[in-house]
Amino acid sequence: MTAARILDADDVGRVIGRIAHEILEKSRGASDVILLGIPSRGVPLARRIADRMTSIEGHVVPVGSLDVTMYRDDIGLRGPRPLSRTDIPAEGIDDAIVVLVDDVLFSGRTVRAALDAVNDIGRPRAVRLAVLVDRGHRELPIRADHVGKNLPTSLAESVQVHLVETDGVDEVLLGSQGRS
Amino acid sequence: MKHLLSASDLTRDDAVSLLDTAAELASVTDRAVKKLPTLRGRTVANLFFEDSTRTRLSFEAAAKRLSADVITFTAKGSSVSKGETLKDTALTLEAMGAQVIVLRHHASGAAQRLAQSGWIEASVINAGDGTHEHPTQALLDAYTLRQHLREGAGDLEGLSVVIVGDILHSRVARSNVALLTTLGARVTLVAPPTLVPVGVQTWPCEVSFDLDEALVGADAVMMLRVQTERMTAAYFPSVHEYSRRYGLDSARAARMPDHAVVLHPGPMNRGMEITAEVADGPRALIVDQVANGVSVRMAVLYHVLSSQEGAP
Amino acid sequence: MSGLANEPAVDRAGEREIVLRDIRLMGDRQAVDIRFADGRIAAIGATAVAEADPQAQILDVAGRIGLPGLVDLHTHLREPGREDAETIETGCQAAALGGYTAVHAMANTQPVADTAGVVEQVWRRGREVGLCDVIPVGAVTIGLSGERLAELAAMAESAARVRVFSDDGICVSDPLLMRRALEYVKAFDGVIAQHAQEPRLTVEAQMNEGALSGELGLTGWPAVAEEAIIARDVLLAEHVRSRLHVCHLSTRGSVEVVRWAKARGIDVTAEVTPHHLMLTEELARSYDPLYKVNPPLRTVDDVHAVREGLADGTIDIVATDHAPHAHEDKDCEWGAGAFGMLGLQTAIGVVAATMVEPGHLTWADVAQRMSVVPARIGRVEGQGRPLAVGEPANMVIIDPDAPWLVSADQMASRSQNTPFVEHTLPASVWATFLRGRPTVLSGALV
Repeated sequence: MTAARILDADDVGRVIGRIAHEILEKSRGASDVILLGIPSRGVPLARRIADRMTSIEGHVVPVGSLDVTMYRDDIGLRGPRPLSRTDIPAEGIDDAIVVLVDDVLFSGRTVRAALDAVNDIGRPRAVRLAVLVDRGHRELPIRADHVGKNLPTSLAESVQVHLVETDGVDEVLLGSQGRS
Repeated sequence: MKHLLSASDLTRDDAVSLLDTAAELASVTDRAVKKLPTLRGRTVANLFFEDSTRTRLSFEAAAKRLSADVITFTAKGSSVSKGETLKDTALTLEAMGAQVIVLRHHASGAAQRLAQSGWIEASVINAGDGTHEHPTQALLDAYTLRQHLREGAGDLEGLSVVIVGDILHSRVARSNVALLTTLGARVTLVAPPTLVPVGVQTWPCEVSFDLDEALVGADAVMMLRVQTERMTAAYFPSVHEYSRRYGLDSARAARMPDHAVVLHPGPMNRGMEITAEVADGPRALIVDQVANGVSVRMAVLYHVLSSQEGAP
Repeated sequence: MSGLANEPAVDRAGEREIVLRDIRLMGDRQAVDIRFADGRIAAIGATAVAEADPQAQILDVAGRIGLPGLVDLHTHLREPGREDAETIETGCQAAALGGYTAVHAMANTQPVADTAGVVEQVWRRGREVGLCDVIPVGAVTIGLSGERLAELAAMAESAARVRVFSDDGICVSDPLLMRRALEYVKAFDGVIAQHAQEPRLTVEAQMNEGALSGELGLTGWPAVAEEAIIARDVLLAEHVRSRLHVCHLSTRGSVEVVRWAKARGIDVTAEVTPHHLMLTEELARSYDPLYKVNPPLRTVDDVHAVREGLADGTIDIVATDHAPHAHEDKDCEWGAGAFGMLGLQTAIGVVAATMVEPGHLTWADVAQRMSVVPARIGRVEGQGRPLAVGEPANMVIIDPDAPWLVSADQMASRSQNTPFVEHTLPASVWATFLRGRPTVLSGALV
């Protein structure tokens, strides 16, 4: 499989910075924003965005993780998956602005599952979505509020996000076969 | 994992994965909405040819927390008590849409037979078959041991576990010997020689007739229920003699290491195999076992149902 | 005694003669020709063809092996009572296909064969069917209940001429009752065929007791439960100077007890079933009641021991313990399943596989253990006779090189519970003759 690097480490850093700024701008400061990363790579992304927001605003932006495995609509089609940690900040999500963070937005099914999971945990004032890459091909009426990179792809191509925390390097690759 | 029939079918990775899943699912209990939509539209049938309220309720709670529909057939007052066979009852349940049958049966091997006979397509979870196995009990015991002695992660490598009581007739003992040793624990069985199965020397564990000796250095002791009717079949002379030699009282428990814990699969015969003092004491994890049973059974239901091909 | 007691009354005179060409009698290397006329062997050798009636039916046996028709000392025909599992007719079809010309029908029917009336009914029905001689076994105790002796002499003196008495399925466990039975049958040269199973040691027992029963959680059936009864019974037989037959012995210890008893001169005979010659307890791992049988399948070591015992004559005979069970009695969990397996059609194939092929027995030895000696133990007239001129023409022709893959639907029985499904057996029955008349030809019922 041949893969082209779409974003390198510097690009990823810039994109994260931009998303942090956008979230702050849209929510008029970070006073009631909570970031929830969707495992696996959404979690370190959320933490990095939150860190950036914290350093800009000067107060700690709460960040957590939200496992959506048990909310997926393809149980039985893909066999059992290991569950990841769901870690909701102690203050809870009621009346907060929850920003879901994931690496790639594709069919939208993961986000659909995440919305259901959020619903079972509390009643946020608003839910928004931030992704590093939007590769299109939505199967549900879902769009991201904050997109690092819009990347038109064919279904035959695969998008791979690598992060230092999980893969040792920051980069986004576009491969010519298979689905991400 | 299409079925869960025997604890010995599980590899160490399978078992750890089930325990990890159970650990994540346990957090659902602390939420306002104690329910996950995972198994919405699936039907779980509890088929209990033998009465076991605690196991049945535990599976029911587990299935309902995963939003499955639950059908329950129990021996009393059902066609089962009118002599309907295992095969016919299972066919009936499947016709009603059951995708998983949780089976408790008095015949050893009933779950395996149901799974492999070609009678039904549904998955089978063994909830206790005769004097053979009770794999979800072993999983919840392993979970409880891991929670208290291994900080809730990984396997049970190096742990020393003593299982005491009617080994001969105990499906809990058989499943625990298989699972705990798979997970790396050392198991010692303690019982009067009449209640140890022939051929136990081939099992992957130690056997002792001396409880006091076995408790030295044990990290955990699991007391099994001893039915008083065993006395009439000459397995031991009297309740008194049994509890003096093989019962766990506070004097015996005090000789265990400080961190050691006490388990009992229930229901207990207080005063027989365990005194009230120990059962209600700080070492006892008996209530934890019950709570953990629900999480473990949620994990098993999830693994079994998500392994079914072509499930919606 | 005069005449052939079980020979049907019909006059065989005038029936077409049969000439079998190129047959190896008793497995001899040299093939010969043999002629049947009027229900008897009329000629062997050159005159068989030369002096044959011009109308005679001539069959080319092509070097296959001829043995005296097999005699089973232990068959469950289920009629009367469980005709859904087997009838005398279907059981006799299975017997003929298995090369048998006589079977002993066990007494545990419903009603129990514990009176002259019931044994005569079974005997008569066997004659009507006419595929093999059906020789009833009488119950030792009334209703097999182990409490009072049945009217043994009445059964012996009936038309059925019962000589073998057994509560098979249940052990005559009361030592005093067993002693009395052994004594009583001496009056008419009877024999008690004991089902050796100490009942208290086998309460709820499901399979051989050992490491495997412990692992499977199935209640164990210790070898000692069988061996202890055999030991007691041989000593009783010695004490009262009677003869004892041990049904389906299955353990190394049982073989040793019988060997010891014979060395002491005790008049004991013993049988082993084909399934105990071939199958082991490992099959219980499936929890499929197809493999549930009484006595249970034992260990590999026990299988070796019964083969040795059969080879050296400690075990006198092979008896099938053919036990048909209706589908629903096996299509269930192990604990609910019935004990027993089919055996008639597969017996000679199993014996070929376990005893002849490995060189433990010759075909002539097989004739002893499956025809001559069982007929002698049962005091059956006209069966198990030498293949000689003037003898009744009861014969099985075995194809020693015709392997067959056993499947349940090949079973002529009403029931299909053969444990040998998917086994390939090395030898098969090519033809069976009952008093000169073919019951089976080319492996099919005539």
